[in-house]
Amino acid sequence: MKGKKVKMPEQDPKKRVNNFKEVTLGYTEEEAIKEANRCLQCKNPLCMQGCPVEVDIPDFIALVAEGEFEKAAQKIKEKNNLPAVCGRVCPQEEQCERKCIVGIKNEAVAIGRLERFVADYARGKEEIEVIGNQDKGKVAIIGAGPAGLTAAADLAKMGYEVTIFEAFHEAGGVLTYGIPEFRLPKDIVKDEIEKIEKLGVEIKYNHVVGKIKGLEELFEEEYKAVFIGTGAGLPRFLGIEGENLNGVYSANEFLTRVNLMKAYRFPEYKTPVHTGEKVAVVGAGNVAMDAARTALRLGAKESIIVYRRGEDEMPARVEEIDHAKEEGIRFELLNNPTEILGDKEGFVKGIKCIRMELGEADDSGRRRPVPIEGSEWIMEVDTVIMAIGQRPNPILLKDAQDIETTKWGTIDACDESGETSKEGVFAGGDTVTGAATVIEAMGAGKRAARAIDDYIKNLRK
Amino acid sequence: MYRVLEKEVLALKITRLKVDAPKVASKAEPGHFLIVRVDEKGERIPLTIADYDREEGSITIIIQEVGFSSEQICNLEVGDEFLDLVGPLGEPIKTGGYNKVVCVAGGLGAAPLYPKVKSLHKGGAEIITILGARNEELLILEGDFERLSSSLYVTTDDGSKGHKGFVTDILKQVLEEEDVDMVVAIGPMIMMKFVSQLTKEYGVKTIVSLNSLMIDGTGMCGGCRVTVGGDTKFSCVDGPAFDGHLVDYDEQLRRQNFYSKHEQEVKDHVFGGEGCRVNEG
Ligand code: FES
Repeated sequence: MKGKKVKMPEQDPKKRVNNFKEVTLGYTEEEAIKEANRCLQCKNPLCMQGCPVEVDIPDFIALVAEGEFEKAAQKIKEKNNLPAVCGRVCPQEEQCERKCIVGIKNEAVAIGRLERFVADYARGKEEIEVIGNQDKGKVAIIGAGPAGLTAAADLAKMGYEVTIFEAFHEAGGVLTYGIPEFRLPKDIVKDEIEKIEKLGVEIKYNHVVGKIKGLEELFEEEYKAVFIGTGAGLPRFLGIEGENLNGVYSANEFLTRVNLMKAYRFPEYKTPVHTGEKVAVVGAGNVAMDAARTALRLGAKESIIVYRRGEDEMPARVEEIDHAKEEGIRFELLNNPTEILGDKEGFVKGIKCIRMELGEADDSGRRRPVPIEGSEWIMEVDTVIMAIGQRPNPILLKDAQDIETTKWGTIDACDESGETSKEGVFAGGDTVTGAATVIEAMGAGKRAARAIDDYIKNLRK
Repeated sequence: MYRVLEKEVLALKITRLKVDAPKVASKAEPGHFLIVRVDEKGERIPLTIADYDREEGSITIIIQEVGFSSEQICNLEVGDEFLDLVGPLGEPIKTGGYNKVVCVAGGLGAAPLYPKVKSLHKGGAEIITILGARNEELLILEGDFERLSSSLYVTTDDGSKGHKGFVTDILKQVLEEEDVDMVVAIGPMIMMKFVSQLTKEYGVKTIVSLNSLMIDGTGMCGGCRVTVGGDTKFSCVDGPAFDGHLVDYDEQLRRQNFYSKHEQEVKDHVFGGEGCRVNEG
């Protein structure tokens, strides 16, 4: 019985490449109970140490095993404000499930799948939480992504009056503009955000802090503390010839057009996106997989991952890579783009790559790719998507020069509390760490909420 | 929120809207732009702020109907609201400390130029304005510029008003005769290109303003990129105003045509009846 995880049903790859519906379908009640019974209910649960937001994992799993799904949902909600999201996009295999004792000899308990099941089960069934007075003072949150939403929800529960300032016309940050519908349905994100609003959190859309309002003004308006969760929004490019040709996108732009602006329903929705027949995605992280799989669904005949290292070095989750392979994504590993070629109208027509081989390990412990001389070749493509990471967004920092930054341009904030060099200002998520995961950003939001609470309590003394 | 307070048709297919947006108005500076969205299915459209009134809490935009989305904005009536309006975005331009500035506008470029001229004038500069358009009907804001300028020249492609020919013809004359310390040129990409070529010969500093394609307007997508002096810049956060002598205009011309096929598709779709897409997967 301890052997393998109960499998989660999925949409057939051949069908799903033609639609934007969710790929994985979630457990049934029976499957969930069966999986929950694989949990050993350890006295000293190591899985919890692996969870950045400290979910009481064995407790919620025990409730699932008893069929008490709604109670299980409440248990998770005590610590995690976005369970339906985390159950889908957390890299559990590197976190909770990696520490799971069952996982030593067998497959770890499918904590992520169970979390997702419970959150989906409780959707629409939960009672609106009644909260006490929000009279402990005002807190401003900048950015309605995973870090900001988590900090906001926790602070609201503690009794603060919380306002989130969001630059876009929708909340969710990367959950909304970045992660595609087929991996994280947007109505689930909307639902989770609505629940956070019901806690009394106000979201002000179309507000670019640093432009319409400065940090100083927030303090003048009697916000007692500010949390910056503006993410890592400034895409990197390779700096090679041809990168500004028509048909070269950052993954951010490509995914924002499709997810936030719904270009996959063009022309009903008016934002266009260009894919063509063949698409090359440069990079091999989760964002690259998302972009490559999105391109297929938009009608590309071929979608290719171009990555300068090898299979083992790909930073994406194994599950995402597997899904991409099942859907027919081609992998051109150990290839580095050196130039993008255009036709006379300035549209992309190909990408020149040089083959690489793996040399010595570098600082990151991964083997360094070295170009093989004379091995250049041309791949004909219509679109190139750069998914090679991003740097922190500079708008807010331009306005608040007194916040210290690191040499990478990220905000220099204490890991534990999120405290920055500016009094009353806290930060967390990608704007501090550089591009990382949703759950790490949520963890940072959670820790900052606690630190903000302490900070404001001390102000009153 | 973001209600249309006043509407005026300035010329054929060119409309001026005054919009209620007190917070944006309180921070607006010459050179700033906005991003607006009319409805749920609409694009995010960048528009330069053509004027602002902090006391009244309003901002003014001027739009030319060139496609579906701009037409949609032009069709808004007094009392209608924008669904979204975000700004002020971009970097304002420096307008103080100049003696004599030549301001060149081509067509709709007069709109984004206007607040800059106002501010340059306030900053003590003498203004020489050259307004160009295809024909007399398409000239806008002539009276507004006249009030601020020591001299105003008009050029039209067809000679229906003023000099028959291009703004550069007049500009060359002015540069020959006057001691100018800056030229600000806003209009079609090709006009800005030729103006910059000319001013470079005369060694006169030139500022242009680009209307790149944009999504977020905050630096997160890179769709607005432009090569300036050999470096890639993001128009929305580094611009939209740049040193005219350094911009790669040919690249910008090309990028502007990126979605021309898609624009046609939107038209066909709308005329074919909104929402009845046959090949919906
Ligand atoms: S519009 Fe997205 S970065 Fe400028």
